[in-house]
Amino acid sequence: MIPRFSRRTGLAAALASPLALAACGRHTVDPPKSVTQAEIDAAMQTPTELNFWTWVPGIEKEVALFQNAYPAITVDVVNAGQGNPHYAKLRTALRAGNGAPDVAQLEYQMIPSFVITGDLLDLGPYGASEIGDQFVEFAWSQVSGTNGEVWAIPQDTGPMGMLYREDIFQAHGIEVPATWDDFAAAAQRLHAADPEVYLTNFAPSQGAFFAAMLWQAGADPFGGSEGPDLNVDLTSPEAEQVARYWGDLSEQDLIAVDADFNDQWYQALNKGKYATWIAPAWAPTFLQSAAASTAGLWRVAPLPQWDADRQVSSNWGGSTSAVMATTRNPIAAAVFAQFINTDPKSTETMANEQFLYPPTKAILEDPAFTGQQLDFYGGQEVNGLFAEIGTTVAPDFQWAPFQDKVYADFTATVGTAVAEKTDAVAAMEAWQQRTEEYAKYQGFTVRKP
Amino acid sequence: MTATTETRTPTRRQQGTRRRVLAGYMFVAPFMIVFLLMFLVPLLYAAYFSLFREQLVGGNVFVGLENYTRAFGDEQLWTGIGRVCLFFVIQVPIMLVAALAFALALDTGLVRLKRTTRLGIFVPYAVPGVIATLMWGFLYGPDFGPFAQLAEKIGMSAPDFLGPDLMLGSLANIVFWEFTGYNMVILFAALRSVPTDIYEAAAVDGAGQWRIAWSIKIPALRSALAVCMIFSIIGSFQLFNEPQLMQSLAPTVIDAAYTPNLYAYNLAFVGQEYNYAAAVSFVLGLVILVGSYAFMFATNRRSRR
Repeated sequence: MIPRFSRRTGLAAALASPLALAACGRHTVDPPKSVTQAEIDAAMQTPTELNFWTWVPGIEKEVALFQNAYPAITVDVVNAGQGNPHYAKLRTALRAGNGAPDVAQLEYQMIPSFVITGDLLDLGPYGASEIGDQFVEFAWSQVSGTNGEVWAIPQDTGPMGMLYREDIFQAHGIEVPATWDDFAAAAQRLHAADPEVYLTNFAPSQGAFFAAMLWQAGADPFGGSEGPDLNVDLTSPEAEQVARYWGDLSEQDLIAVDADFNDQWYQALNKGKYATWIAPAWAPTFLQSAAASTAGLWRVAPLPQWDADRQVSSNWGGSTSAVMATTRNPIAAAVFAQFINTDPKSTETMANEQFLYPPTKAILEDPAFTGQQLDFYGGQEVNGLFAEIGTTVAPDFQWAPFQDKVYADFTATVGTAVAEKTDAVAAMEAWQQRTEEYAKYQGFTVRKP
Repeated sequence: MTATTETRTPTRRQQGTRRRVLAGYMFVAPFMIVFLLMFLVPLLYAAYFSLFREQLVGGNVFVGLENYTRAFGDEQLWTGIGRVCLFFVIQVPIMLVAALAFALALDTGLVRLKRTTRLGIFVPYAVPGVIATLMWGFLYGPDFGPFAQLAEKIGMSAPDFLGPDLMLGSLANIVFWEFTGYNMVILFAALRSVPTDIYEAAAVDGAGQWRIAWSIKIPALRSALAVCMIFSIIGSFQLFNEPQLMQSLAPTVIDAAYTPNLYAYNLAFVGQEYNYAAAVSFVLGLVILVGSYAFMFATNRRSRR
């Protein structure tokens, strides 16, 4: 009888364990209204271990500065991948209620996705509500909640500009386009002069680029959403204008439509297939290594404009440090997130050694940073130009609470339409529809303003 | 009294049997424990999980079989399953015929440098699938890939390997390159186990190499071929690595639901529809089960006849 008994308990345990796994609640921090300096001091002197997930190479330098300032705290840096693999692991760990970091790298567009699942700790009570004015407005507004919460501390940004090949422009007598109309005319001229070269490339799976284009045009598809009430407006006149513009350029075969950040694209950049890369402030550093063979040939200009009299830019990329609500050390984690992104020495190191484009006003106004002349760009003061562009970024642009899904649907609809030269404006409708359907499925109340 | 006590106290022989049985369990225990923890428990958990629907807003509710009804009516899922079926129908016969041909050729002893050749055919299998896909992705490159460059040199344009028309074929080619050697090794090993006196008898009867291959070797390979076939059915339906990696090269061709596994992955990790992803995985598992069983049923009946 003994074997059968044990078999039965084994089965029972196997059946019960999923229930147990599902039942075991997650520990999260109830954010206090305020934290006193005495509490902070006490916590920062208690030996603590913090786990920090980030993909930033060389971040150990800033971590070391923090550990020097607070010798009681040890920070373990873990690289769990960049972008989607990082978020997939982070979500899994948060869902499992076990193994999530205290602090994690989070791109701006992912903040609402983690807020909606209750995974972020409001850093306001831990002193973060007082540091807002150290950051440029559009960065701070991206980390601020609708009720004044501070969901993360900005680490770097990506105001949009245009990187262009001065040699190609000169060879074909093309002026740097100031407006999108000029840009389209230049595209025509360049492609007629040399069919092998395109004025730019529209990557059909780069939702982040398209979002920056929408942002610049004044579309704010998810603007005004709050919690379970979601606005979805991907078919506004501003948004359709952007879709029509890129769809038309592609239909006339005036731009390339290659997927980006793969080997083919790197080769194309090196071999001069694209005369511009419409890209943010982190792009200049990236390009130096990705297209090393083109050193000295590139220059940077502001983004072409819809309205010649009004300079408007937007943002693509950049990220933040966020504290997970599951942390057992909220004070130490919150202080760490603030320290590495505000401490003068730490932010300086980030800007000048890790080449993260800074969100802090102090660095953006520092001539030692803005005055750097980059040889790759013919000695141009690229940082200074992007600092100026940064002041023209509209501060109001809201992300969906499931932005990665929105991007995936972009690729399947608008991205594909532009790549395959079909109706991009109709594809915006399809994008809208998919987003609405998904939002309803996930329990949101969808409004179309 | 004595009789009852005798029946109760086990004889030495019974004791030995019991100990041997225990030893048997001990030997399989390490496997069973890992199997239970890493396979059965997650499977049961996923099954349990697939009966719920967790929303970003509104929490978790029990929905019974709703996820399954959705899966059975999900056009994206069935398009993906249809696509891997097509992949299977095209790729697997070519791969197995090639593997068979290589195995037979090596077995005749007519091939020179036998070990080198065998290794050469097998080596692609040793290359990790990720590396293989990246390599082929480079070769397929529409502007700067070697095929494109070569075609340009002779004034032609290379076919668009990464375009919507050829993508499935391009993926099939990668899988062919990776797995032909693997299947060849299975078949070759099976051929080695055929007693050589049968060949001698056949030779005495005047059979040539072709005749021996057709009438002796291929029938002897039936069970090995069945094994290769089952692996291929499972492999085809679970196609994931290759399309997932090729997605970065052709994101508009390989969509989120290109293969059923890719679909389940994207549902879970992009759309956060974990419960539905679990249901989709079970439906896919069911399809594979039915496919494999149908194949085994068909071959068993034929061999019985």
